[in-house]
Amino acid sequence: MNTVLAIPSFAPALPEIILAAGALVLILLGALRGEKSAGTVSVIALALLVAALVAVFMLPAERVETMSGSFVIDGFAKFMKTLTLLGSIAGIVLSSDFMRREGITRFEYPILIVLATIGMLMVISANDLIALYLGVELLSLASYVIAAFDRDNVRSTEAGLKYFVLGSLSSGMLLYGASLIYGFTGTVSFPGIAKVLTGEVGTGVIFGIVFVAAGVAFKISAVPFHMWTPDVYEGSPTPVTAFFAAAPKMAGMAMTTRLFIEAFPGITGQWQQIIVFISLASMALGAFAAIGQRNIKRLMAYSSIANVGYALIGLAAGTAEGVQGVAIYMAIYLAMTLGAFACILSLRRGNVMFENISDLSGIARTHPIIAFCLAMMMFSMAGIPPLAGFFAKFAVFNAAIKANLVALAVIGVITSVVGAYYYLRIVKVMYFDEPGERYDAMPAGVKLVLAVSSIFVVLFGLVPAPLVSVAGAAARSLF
Amino acid sequence: MLGFGILSGLLVLPLIGAAFILTLRGDSEAARSNARWAALATTIVTFLLSLVAWSRFDAGSSAFQLVETHGWLSETIRFKLGVDGFSMPFVLLTTFLMPFCILASWESITHRVKEYFVAFLVLETTMIGVFEALDLVLFYLFFEAGLIPMFLIIGIWGGKRRIYASFKFFLYTLLGSVLMLLAIMAMYWAAGTTDIPTLLTFKFGAQVQLWLWLAFFASFAVKMPMWPVHTWLPDAHVEAPTAGSVILAGILLKMGGYGFIRVSLPMFPEASQYFAPFVYALSVIAIVYTSLVALMQEDMKKLIAYSSVAHMGFVTMGIFSMTTQGVQGAMFQMVSHGLVSGALFLCVGVVYDRMHTREIKAYGGLVTRMPLYAVAFMIFTMANVGLPGTSGFVGEFLTLMGAFRSNPWVSFFASSGVILSAAYALWLYRRVVYGVLDKPALQDIMDLNRREIITLAPLVLLVIYYGVQPGPILDVFAAPTDALLKSYEAALATVKTAALVAH
Repeated sequence: MNTVLAIPSFAPALPEIILAAGALVLILLGALRGEKSAGTVSVIALALLVAALVAVFMLPAERVETMSGSFVIDGFAKFMKTLTLLGSIAGIVLSSDFMRREGITRFEYPILIVLATIGMLMVISANDLIALYLGVELLSLASYVIAAFDRDNVRSTEAGLKYFVLGSLSSGMLLYGASLIYGFTGTVSFPGIAKVLTGEVGTGVIFGIVFVAAGVAFKISAVPFHMWTPDVYEGSPTPVTAFFAAAPKMAGMAMTTRLFIEAFPGITGQWQQIIVFISLASMALGAFAAIGQRNIKRLMAYSSIANVGYALIGLAAGTAEGVQGVAIYMAIYLAMTLGAFACILSLRRGNVMFENISDLSGIARTHPIIAFCLAMMMFSMAGIPPLAGFFAKFAVFNAAIKANLVALAVIGVITSVVGAYYYLRIVKVMYFDEPGERYDAMPAGVKLVLAVSSIFVVLFGLVPAPLVSVAGAAARSLF
Repeated sequence: MLGFGILSGLLVLPLIGAAFILTLRGDSEAARSNARWAALATTIVTFLLSLVAWSRFDAGSSAFQLVETHGWLSETIRFKLGVDGFSMPFVLLTTFLMPFCILASWESITHRVKEYFVAFLVLETTMIGVFEALDLVLFYLFFEAGLIPMFLIIGIWGGKRRIYASFKFFLYTLLGSVLMLLAIMAMYWAAGTTDIPTLLTFKFGAQVQLWLWLAFFASFAVKMPMWPVHTWLPDAHVEAPTAGSVILAGILLKMGGYGFIRVSLPMFPEASQYFAPFVYALSVIAIVYTSLVALMQEDMKKLIAYSSVAHMGFVTMGIFSMTTQGVQGAMFQMVSHGLVSGALFLCVGVVYDRMHTREIKAYGGLVTRMPLYAVAFMIFTMANVGLPGTSGFVGEFLTLMGAFRSNPWVSFFASSGVILSAAYALWLYRRVVYGVLDKPALQDIMDLNRREIITLAPLVLLVIYYGVQPGPILDVFAAPTDALLKSYEAALATVKTAALVAH
């Protein structure tokens, strides 16, 4: 039977199709009605993302492959797509007030977010190297533009350019690695590669895996391909940084996990070392380099590097528990990072945004609720129970211990103590130092994101079972 | 009520009080006063509820009682609460000390009053949780969660070097604890559960035990604190507000000893036997060395802090003597030290509130202006020294006896600590209370007011009562101590038989 000529089933790609069709309509709308359509476009983009979320929920629970096996839907994809869409929704909700106040409200912004989201959903479902690359490129190109979205601002344009140059390099590496793997295995599809690669494999394949790993490590900003992160996080407009720290991280981790678990299950021992190294280096660098930071966005950049390192511990384990750990970790990280950025976004007086850690001085007195929420986010990121971050770390370290990666786990927990130092420093500045002037009231969108994420982070410990079991089911769908 | 029992009630009550205080609006004097009364009422009701739990507790049994289980993290990691003779005294000690802490903060805390009491009530929940938890993950959760409120209490309401002290406290304790977390995970994969009663009957391999023991030791030794990882304690004690010091000395230090008795000894018997000489050595060094250090202190709180480290040395020595007297003595010593050191810090707080200095040199001759204070302070000093007739004596005597049975030399060196403790404690008392009242600032210092009498009187009575009548406390943990030592010896016997068979 000639499957190439048969019309593939598009139903599993319904969320992507909704977003793609919607994005085209929005571009038309923007082009016809000009700048004044920005508000409408935002609202419609939000509606599209919510519709895509609903569509994700309506997807079948079992594994479905389509488009000649290059696009796959399973429990893991559904779980990570949900997280990604939540991250994108927050990216738009957090931005509206900021863009208006900075005078950079343009209809392109929500459209670019939607386009980036399509790329993210595609990489999560990518079941061969070409689909993976296409998704990555769609995501990256949209991201480069929104990083430079504040185009009259030198730092923002610099961030965009830096992101673009380094991003292209990493895409090149990804493509080169993919071509090596294709050359040595004769196929690009993950199940096909998995069938060929078992036992001892040649140096060529290892080279391919290393290059692919370098490419994906760049996308999730893992050490040693993290150099762009602090500059891009600092330079981009803050809501864009929040978006970068949230949604693409989800997609990137999902893609990395699926790639290694589905394409290279027969040679776990060989790629495990790579992931262990990347994970260790990310945790250590994230913990130590953050200590000296004064800009809170840069600090969050290093924190995100460290967090990716912790999430990778789960992948390094290479087991169902490990993938479950990755899923739990990313879900909780999403809430923590959005909550933290919501607090950062509320540091504004008039037209000036404040971005230094010292600007948080004493806000426990002037803005007790923001201070409390941010403190909870910080304790949570440090992994202190009973906050959600503890359960995230518990999940990944537990998997590492089961997989006998004791050294990785020990170094991991020690770096988490180092990391606790700089999280505590923020709490110290907020609670122990003398207050400065008051900041403006929080915009409604920021308030909403902060409320939802804080409730999640603080009360997660009471009922952790639902997320844990859903993540467990999602993880098992990969094995 | 929905399957929730009295033990969850003890956890929830302080949180309800904290939530109520959070709803108080404004920072007026009325709001502050409401916060104080609400905190006091909450802690008293919690104490009464713990008495109800106590009345339903059967001290004759070594089993876990008032057990309740709720679904939590997974099928095998559950929200399980329960108490036995080892944990019940600590639950009572916690709920008993809390009202005094609130009273001690009545006037000395003048800024951010609401937040202060909220932090204390949350801290109470976490402390009770540590002693009630019957699941290791839950135990760890409460064990660590207490760091957050304590960090804030030291950092916001502490003395001059509060920031240094709070960071040191937090990071030191965290570093010890994360290794324990990894050990808990390893136990989970080995035994398939983190349920404490199940783990108590599970046999871990001899080699694994050593590593697990060390990981738990890292955490408990820091918390205890044992020499040489005690250095966070003097800093934390000195900088914390009075009530914070009371809780630190009274309850938080006991978590380490409780952990040894709950986890290390019964779950890793072979490793405990293997490491016992090591613990002995550290305990004796702690007793002698920190007593000498205490002699040289010029700060009253620091002196008491070092004396706490020395007293905790008796506890670890008693626990690892693996004798009935030793373990019971260690338990008694912990309860007694909770009362005595808490009371001593309250006494320091009394003069600190008046003079705003803890320098020993700044005082002298207080007995002429403050006779009541002199009496109370003397009784607690004597109890700290371990004078017969006070609760301090029973614990020290029993632990020394237990240690003597297993290793006379240890008990010989440890006894010298008793003499040294008399030296530093009496010298402190001599310099602060006796002598001539010639410092101008002290001329019109006032004796204890009514609130302070209410705070100190019950402690005086208990310290003397338990010194004369230690039976009521000893009976509580007699049954579990027997059970603990029996299973310990049984475990070692099987190992011995196995070794003989192998030969």
